[in-house]
Amino acid sequence: MKFGVVIFPGSNCDYDTYYVLKEVLNQDTIFLWHKDHDLKGVDAIILPGGFSYGDYLRTGAIAKFSPLMREVKEFALKGGLVLGICNGFQILLEMGLLPGAMLRNKNLKFLCQFVYLRVENPDTPFTKLCKKHQVLKIPIAHFDGNYYAPPEIMEKLKRNNQIVLRYSTSKGEITEEANVNGSMENIAGIINEKGNVMGLMPHPERASEKILGSEDGQYIFKSMINSWIK
Amino acid sequence: MDKRILEQHNLTEEEYRGIVDILGREPNLTELGIFSVMWSEHCSYKSSKIYLKNLPTTGKHVIQGPGENAGVIDIGDGLAVVFKIESHNHPSYIEPYQGAATGVGGILRDIFTMGARPIAVLDSLRFGPLDNPKNRVIMEGVISGIAGYGNSIGVPTVGGETYFNQCYSQNPLVNVCCIGIAPKNRIFYARAKGKGNPVLYVGAKTGRDGIHGATMASAEFDEDLEEKRPNVQVGDPFKEKLLLEACLEVMKKDLIVGIQDMGAAGLTCSTSEMADKANSGIEIDLDLVPKREEGMNSYEIMLSESQERMLLVAKADKEEEVKKIFKKWDLDAITIGRVTDTGRLIVKEKGRVVVDIPVRGIVRDCPVYRRPVKQPSYLREVNYLEIPEVPNDLNTTFLKLLSSPTIADKEWIFRQYDHMVQINTVLLPGADATVLRIKGTKKALAGTVDGNSLYTYLNPKVGAKIAVAEACRNLACVGAKPLGVTNCLNFGNPEKPEIMWQFKEVVEGMGEACRFFGIPVTGGNVSFYNETMGSAVYPTPVLGIVGLIEDISKIMSPGFKEKGDYILLLGKNNEEIGGTEYLKTIFSQERGIPPEINLEFEKQIQDFCFELIDKRLINSAHDVSEGGLAVCLAECCFMSEKKLGIEVSLEDDIRPVALLFGETQSRIIISASPSDIDKIEKLASKRGIPCQVIGRVREDKFIIKQKGEELINLSIEKIYSSWKQAIPNYFKLSEE
Repeated sequence: MKFGVVIFPGSNCDYDTYYVLKEVLNQDTIFLWHKDHDLKGVDAIILPGGFSYGDYLRTGAIAKFSPLMREVKEFALKGGLVLGICNGFQILLEMGLLPGAMLRNKNLKFLCQFVYLRVENPDTPFTKLCKKHQVLKIPIAHFDGNYYAPPEIMEKLKRNNQIVLRYSTSKGEITEEANVNGSMENIAGIINEKGNVMGLMPHPERASEKILGSEDGQYIFKSMINSWIK
Repeated sequence: MDKRILEQHNLTEEEYRGIVDILGREPNLTELGIFSVMWSEHCSYKSSKIYLKNLPTTGKHVIQGPGENAGVIDIGDGLAVVFKIESHNHPSYIEPYQGAATGVGGILRDIFTMGARPIAVLDSLRFGPLDNPKNRVIMEGVISGIAGYGNSIGVPTVGGETYFNQCYSQNPLVNVCCIGIAPKNRIFYARAKGKGNPVLYVGAKTGRDGIHGATMASAEFDEDLEEKRPNVQVGDPFKEKLLLEACLEVMKKDLIVGIQDMGAAGLTCSTSEMADKANSGIEIDLDLVPKREEGMNSYEIMLSESQERMLLVAKADKEEEVKKIFKKWDLDAITIGRVTDTGRLIVKEKGRVVVDIPVRGIVRDCPVYRRPVKQPSYLREVNYLEIPEVPNDLNTTFLKLLSSPTIADKEWIFRQYDHMVQINTVLLPGADATVLRIKGTKKALAGTVDGNSLYTYLNPKVGAKIAVAEACRNLACVGAKPLGVTNCLNFGNPEKPEIMWQFKEVVEGMGEACRFFGIPVTGGNVSFYNETMGSAVYPTPVLGIVGLIEDISKIMSPGFKEKGDYILLLGKNNEEIGGTEYLKTIFSQERGIPPEINLEFEKQIQDFCFELIDKRLINSAHDVSEGGLAVCLAECCFMSEKKLGIEVSLEDDIRPVALLFGETQSRIIISASPSDIDKIEKLASKRGIPCQVIGRVREDKFIIKQKGEELINLSIEKIYSSWKQAIPNYFKLSEE
């Protein structure tokens, strides 16, 4: 499977994501430059974490105008697998490929820590190797990860089973305390209606090696690989 | 020259006469400005030089010692570690967010200027007590500033230390240490070599910010503080990220001969130092310098400290290729001049020569001072300690100590920092030292910053030795061998003989300990004039030490691992109570004499700890420092994943408070499986190391006994929440 990791100016998890895909999971992986108009035949696209364009405006608001985003959008609309991690998730929201928006964390501080996530929907190409309500330990690192959507969209997300990951306790309970950034419904990750574009605030690439404290992030990438093979 | 103008430039009349001698004429205002920044304490080290030259700086793995942007040490596998610590104290007091942010930006540039990718930042912070709202504002601003810059650029802030003391109320200290990794055969230096080679200006445009920042950092503060706010630069981490990527891309190809960042004294410092180091000259045209605003004159352009700028000298035929790479990253790269062989810095503006100075004159001919020294009179008074009455309830005392901000949990701070980006952080913040794996090898780097200024206040020389010893001990506890030291020396006004005496003593102590441990000092920074309204900080040396772990599978961590494991103490408990956090927190006494340090014994303890880790005989290791044995044991519990407890029985014949809270040096708490105890004890007796089983790891309870009598008996939950909640509580109050 051929992965493409997009580099925006200000991306800073591009190399980490590349490293995990290429060196840990042995996948054919290339970088895609935001100024190009060529997806170079990749099978899946990852928009990595970071501070694209410095995020001085709304997070992800400028990145959506990068030249390559035209091709990324086409790729997504045709059903190609697109995963947005952290800033990548924020960019997908700005592009309109996923619904909703991000507010500042409820404590108004940047938060970097391990969190627990409960898998709500294991029937996606990004979670198919997980069991329903399985708990994953993966870190977050963001300032604007407080997910918000208006009631009618929230209804739709629930109805279509588009909520994929929710912040939980280590035992999988969905509590206010576990909801570190204040997201509506404890939302940590959602998928589009068609089921090929996913965004999540936690960083699976930071939890894909035992030495870093968790390998649970591999579930996300391996699910993608598995669903592509089939 | 008008006396007032000299005063504004912080130059003495004698220094002015020196300038006239060098030039053979009177300087114009721009030239005077150039001399004033380059001869400022911050840039010239004129008061500290005579002492610093006695520090050990060589070693068989040292590739670059002091004198460059950062030190460089060979770590094998074709790689080198590049590291340096710097202060940004003065700006952080005036404008906490930007002051701290640009401190991070500056030290990062020092590292990638050498060709290394920065892989970690550690910071050493000192604030005044948190019950004063002003100190909370400063602390919040500084931490947000560090986070704002480091998180954005994608370099993890992996650790550090934070101390609180009244002396930092109006003089917060912000010392930032950066570690980078470079291919050993591709280190870059600040050299303007090769007559005719183009001099390129890259990065952000030049504005009016930060003019005379270096001069500001070379004077005390008075009540006109607010007026100095424009002297603080404003950081743009996004621009620096682009600059970092573009520079590293240029460095991968054979395109440039030298590079220097524009930090303190901006264009002035980078041009003159690069020419001086290559024995060449440099000629630039200010009309070509990218500017943020109209109407800037030569004085402002030469002295601006606008951030995120670099000066590089390209190979003559590679100019276009260099520019192409910067263009890819949407950055300005403009040829503003050429390298010459005249030995002079020539600056032109609108066709006229506005500066013509011999580079040696600015860089090397700065006067060096042997300032008067005098042992301060406060010492006799504070070294005397009348031992206060022992508190009745040691449980309460212990809880109070755990919630003292210097000892309390710092998660409130470090979770605001992205400490995981670059996916190398193997030991998360809170451990004795931070550990970063080196991708593609079996190795890992360990780093720590350390310095207890209460000790150095009470005895500068002993305190400095302890700072070195403790930093090395931190490394030993994670299983690393020290490679090299960088230091940040924060002091008051060096023109006061008492301050200069403290400085002399600290450097001597540090030098003695570094020589003893065989670790080279590869660079550092001196920050004088940390005084506001005549009140100075305690002498505060901060040691940044980087160590190497050969086999990453052997990394050790401080937390207990299993119920039933034995707890052992390496070292001896002495009756020492002076200079402790206990006296400071419980009795508001910062007095007595600091603990003794025997370097020989210290080394034996460290080597033994390292040997135990290397032989995989132990499950945890943690050094005993502020708060003594009781706090150390509690931290081992807090850092265990399962929040384990202990039951410890001590037989020492010393007073209970000294036993629990004394800060005797050269002690490490380890834990081991019952099956390994025999081997450990045999090894200890073979090596002649004091090593005794003092208790076992258990659940729920935290119990310490002396000769059968219970001194402390509390639930883990109780002590954990005291430690955990202390710092967040201060900020909850401020939110109400």
